[in-house]
Amino acid sequence: MSDVQATTPTDGAGAPPHPDTVLDPPPSGDEFLDDGPFDRAQGLVAETSEGVQELSRRSETDPSQLRREVGAVLRLPEGVAVDPSDIDIEQTDDETMIINMGPQHPSTHGVLRLMLELDGETVLRTKPVIGYLHTGMEKTAEELTYVQGSTNVTRMDYLAPLHNELVLSLAVEALLGAEMPPRSDWIRMLMVELNRVSSHLMWMATNGMDLGSTSMMIYGFREREMVLAFFEKTTGLRMNHNFIRPGGTAADLPDGWEDDVTVICDTVMERTDEYDELLTGQPLFRQRSEGIGTLSAEEALALSLTGPVLRSTGVPWDLRRSMPYLRYDEVDFDVIVGTYGDNFDRYSIRLNEIRESVKIIRQIVEKMPAGDYRIQDKKVTPPPRGRIDESMEALIHHFKVFTEGFKVPEGEVYVAVESPRGELGCYLVSDGSPKAYRMHIRGPSFVNLQGLPLMMRGGLLADAVAVCSTIDPVMGEVDR
Amino acid sequence: MTAAGAPEVVAEPTGASHSGGGVARATSRPGQEVVFPTRQSYVDAVRDYRDSGFEMCSDLCGVDYLTHPGRTLPNGVAPERFEVVVNLLSLSQARRVRVRLQVPESDATVPSLFDLYPGTEAMEREAFDLFGIVFVGHPDMTRILLPEDWEGHPLRKDYGVGRVPVQFKGAPGPR
Repeated sequence: MSDVQATTPTDGAGAPPHPDTVLDPPPSGDEFLDDGPFDRAQGLVAETSEGVQELSRRSETDPSQLRREVGAVLRLPEGVAVDPSDIDIEQTDDETMIINMGPQHPSTHGVLRLMLELDGETVLRTKPVIGYLHTGMEKTAEELTYVQGSTNVTRMDYLAPLHNELVLSLAVEALLGAEMPPRSDWIRMLMVELNRVSSHLMWMATNGMDLGSTSMMIYGFREREMVLAFFEKTTGLRMNHNFIRPGGTAADLPDGWEDDVTVICDTVMERTDEYDELLTGQPLFRQRSEGIGTLSAEEALALSLTGPVLRSTGVPWDLRRSMPYLRYDEVDFDVIVGTYGDNFDRYSIRLNEIRESVKIIRQIVEKMPAGDYRIQDKKVTPPPRGRIDESMEALIHHFKVFTEGFKVPEGEVYVAVESPRGELGCYLVSDGSPKAYRMHIRGPSFVNLQGLPLMMRGGLLADAVAVCSTIDPVMGEVDR
Repeated sequence: MTAAGAPEVVAEPTGASHSGGGVARATSRPGQEVVFPTRQSYVDAVRDYRDSGFEMCSDLCGVDYLTHPGRTLPNGVAPERFEVVVNLLSLSQARRVRVRLQVPESDATVPSLFDLYPGTEAMEREAFDLFGIVFVGHPDMTRILLPEDWEGHPLRKDYGVGRVPVQFKGAPGPR
C-alpha cells in the first residue's frame, strides 16, 4: 500500500499558532506507571492521549474551566448567587477518580468518549471527547458540485439521512431562488416524516437496550425495518439515499406507495400502544428514567440545545411549527412538550412524536398533489430519460449537469429544518461556481452533547448511560 | 496578539437600537437579516440582541475567504480573510439574525461569546480547530475534532485536500 497522503497537511497554513495553543507534550500517564516495567503501558497511554482535550485532574484545571465543567457557569450570568457547596472546587483529587467511558463502549452509540470524574458512584464532572469519526465532510463538500453534494451530507446523520439531504437542497434552492413544484414538497415531507419515524424507532430500540429492555430493542428494529423496506423500494437504498436533491427528488414515488405507507402507519400506530404497555407503565422503567438527567428551560436555551431535549423542558419550539418550511403549515399536528426535562419526558416526547409523524403522513397520503417531482429547469435538473434519445439539447444538458454541475449565484444563506435530533442547519456560501465555497452543517447532536455534563452532574454512573442515550447523539453528525 | 484582539471598551452607548455606529446592516438575497459589526462592537452588538429577545445562539462557524476576496459586502465593511458567522435565534419572535464578523489573517483573534451564550463553547472550539481563529476569553480553547497533535487548520483554503493516489494515466497529483 502506497503512502496515504490524505492525512498529510501540506503546510502550517497562515498565521503561527497562538501562544495559548502551543501544544504541551501529552501527559505521560499516571505517576505509578513511571517505573520501568510499565514502559509499554505508558507508551500506549501516550499514543492514545488527546492531551488537553481530555478531562484533567481538578488540581490542574483552572477555575473558569472547572466552573464550566460542573455547569455552574450557566447560572452566573443570571446574577444568581452561586451556592458554593454546589461547586466543590476545593474537593481534592484523592477523593475522586477519573475514568474513561468509550470510545469503544457499546452504549455510547458510536465512538463517543466520555471522561467521567467520579466520587464513589456519583458523577461529578463529565467531558465528552469527540472527533473519533471526523472525516472532514465540510472540506469534502468544497470539492463536490451541488449535484454531488447530497451524497456527501447524507452520510452525516446516518439515522436521518433524508433530513441532511433536505437541508442542503433547501439551502441550494434558496440561493437559486427556485420555485418548487408542490408535489416535490409533499414527497419530501412524506420521506422526512417516515425518516423521523424510523429514527425515533431506532432510538426507542437503543434506549430500551441501554436500560436493559432487550425486547424493546428487537421491537424497535422490527418496525424500523418496515420503513427501511419502503425507503429501499422508493430510493433504491436503505440508508444514504441521495433521494432529495437540489431541484426536487431523484424520482417519483413508486406505484402503490399509498398502500405501503398506510400499512406502515397502521402497524406503527398499533405497535406504539404495545410500547406503552412494555415501557411507559413499567415501574422499573419509570424509576430509572423519572427525575434522571434533569434540565431547566433556561439551561437548555443557554446551551443552544434543540429538539426533544429542549422540548422536554417545556419550551414548545419545533421548527416545523414555529418557522415552517416545505408545506408543514398545511398539515395538522401537535408539538409534544415535557415538563420536568428528565429522561422520562424525553422518552415520551419521542414516542408521541412517532404518533404525530404518523398523523402527518396520513394527511400527506390524502393531500398528495399530482404534478412534477422536480423543477423543469434544464440547468439544474437532468432531462427525462426519454428526451435524451430524441433531443440533442437534452443530451447536452444531461452531460453538463452530471459533469460540471450547475452554477449557483453568489451569496450566503442559513437554512434550518427540524431533524429528529433538533435544529439541523446548513450555512452555505456560494462564489458563483458549481461547487460550494463553504458548507457548514450545524449538527443538532454536536450541540446537544454540550448538555451532557450538566445533565449528568450529581447522578449515578449507572444513569450516565441512560442520560447519554436520551440525548440521542449520532456520532457521524457530531464529528462530520 | 492577544492584547490586540482583546475586546476594547466601546464608547458608543448600547441603547435599544442595534444599528449603532460600527454595525453595518444588510439583507441577504433570500430575505435574511445580516449585520456586520466590527471587532470592537461585536460583543456589544450580540449582547444587544440577546437582551432584546434572542435567547439562543443556534450556530457559529468560520469561513475562509482567501480565494473569494471580491464578495459582496455593504459599504463601510472592509473584507478580511476570515469571517466568523454567528446565527442568533429568537424563539419568542420566531426570527433569525446573522452576525458576520471580519477577522484579519494577521491577527485572527475574536472575543468569545461564551459569557453571553454558553452554548457557543463547542462551536468556538470547532472554529478554532478548523480555521485557527482564536477566541479570547474562552475557558477551554483546545482542539475538538482533530487530534491534539494535528498540524494546521484543515478548513483553511490554503490547506491541501489530500488524496489517495490512483493508478491510471493522467490522474491528477496531490494538491
